[in-house]
Amino acid sequence: MTERSRVDVLLELADDELVLGWRNSEWTGIAPFLEEDVAFSSIAQNEIGHARALYELAAADLGTTADELAFDRSPEEYRCAPLVELRRLEWARTIARHWLYETADEIRLAALKACDDVELAGIAAKMDREEAYHRMHAEMWVDRLLSTDDGRFRLNEAIDELWPYALGVLDDELRPELRRRVETRLGRELPDVEAVPRGVHEAELAELWEEMTMVRRSAPKGARW
Amino acid sequence: MALSHKVTEADVWRALAEIPDPEIPVISLVDLGVIKDVAVEDGLVRIEFTPTFMGCPALETMQREMCTKVRGLGAEAEVRVVLDDSWSTDRISPEGREKLRLAGFAPPSPRAAGKLELVQLQGSAFRCPYCGSTDTRLDNIFGPTPCRSIRYCNACRQPFEQFKTI
Repeated sequence: MTERSRVDVLLELADDELVLGWRNSEWTGIAPFLEEDVAFSSIAQNEIGHARALYELAAADLGTTADELAFDRSPEEYRCAPLVELRRLEWARTIARHWLYETADEIRLAALKACDDVELAGIAAKMDREEAYHRMHAEMWVDRLLSTDDGRFRLNEAIDELWPYALGVLDDELRPELRRRVETRLGRELPDVEAVPRGVHEAELAELWEEMTMVRRSAPKGARW
Repeated sequence: MALSHKVTEADVWRALAEIPDPEIPVISLVDLGVIKDVAVEDGLVRIEFTPTFMGCPALETMQREMCTKVRGLGAEAEVRVVLDDSWSTDRISPEGREKLRLAGFAPPSPRAAGKLELVQLQGSAFRCPYCGSTDTRLDNIFGPTPCRSIRYCNACRQPFEQFKTI
């Protein structure tokens, strides 16, 4: 892991999970069929649950609360990777993002599980047990898309487009492993490209933030229902 | 109960065993294995609790119910949420597994030593809780709550919920 504070690590991971959870939840009610409606909603619930636990740990270090970290920062202050910010994509691109993110996340969690910080390693291990099901879901879809010419074409096109974003999820030293796994699975080489780094935000994040924080901003003292 | 009676750890375990899981009420929190530890010190009951899934919406309800139960014993409780991988579905008690099955939920399969693979879920080594047949197939990895998958029994033509192995 590149040298940075524990709070930085927690916020990067939490922001990724919160924003991707939000994006995944956008399929609720409109996925191509009911099973996927349930799957994306359930994955969203897990990701947001992970974000909450990570924010709580960061909040304890910073003397604030998980809600303040999740909703009271300005869009520029979020640390998420641009991959998760992209607005709801058409289905093949949604699956490509889902699979690239879950593959990168597995590599990142493996590194965190082995770190010296007991709390961080513990949360990473617990998250990983749930993420195993997200990975199985993503792999099942990759198999399915690769099984037809049309599916293979669409998946590969989406991977080419999202590849620089996928690299940006991970620290430099973990990127070769991501390349190895993606190339092995797709049976082809990927181009040498610059990663789209964290800290540079897509315009879509501001839109998502407007919607995500609307209730919180309209009832700053806390909404009750 | 005499006024001088001091709350013991056994009293607390017995009381917690009366709290149903908010989403699958046939099974108690103790059967589910989410209570890691109970300690009583100077009348204060410390409970270590670990959620099944981190995004479980029933977390706060469970914590509140534990405090209420302990208060019923005449003591105050402090619940500490532990987030590590010490909980797995292998911690569900044998009685809990049987209660799940009777209620139509197929209990989780034991955690294998190796990595959980999709091919295992797509395999047929899962028993229908209604007719007992293993001629079942995976319908959806995800279900009505994070902890459940949906399977279908080809023998009795009944969909059923499978507790995920975690």
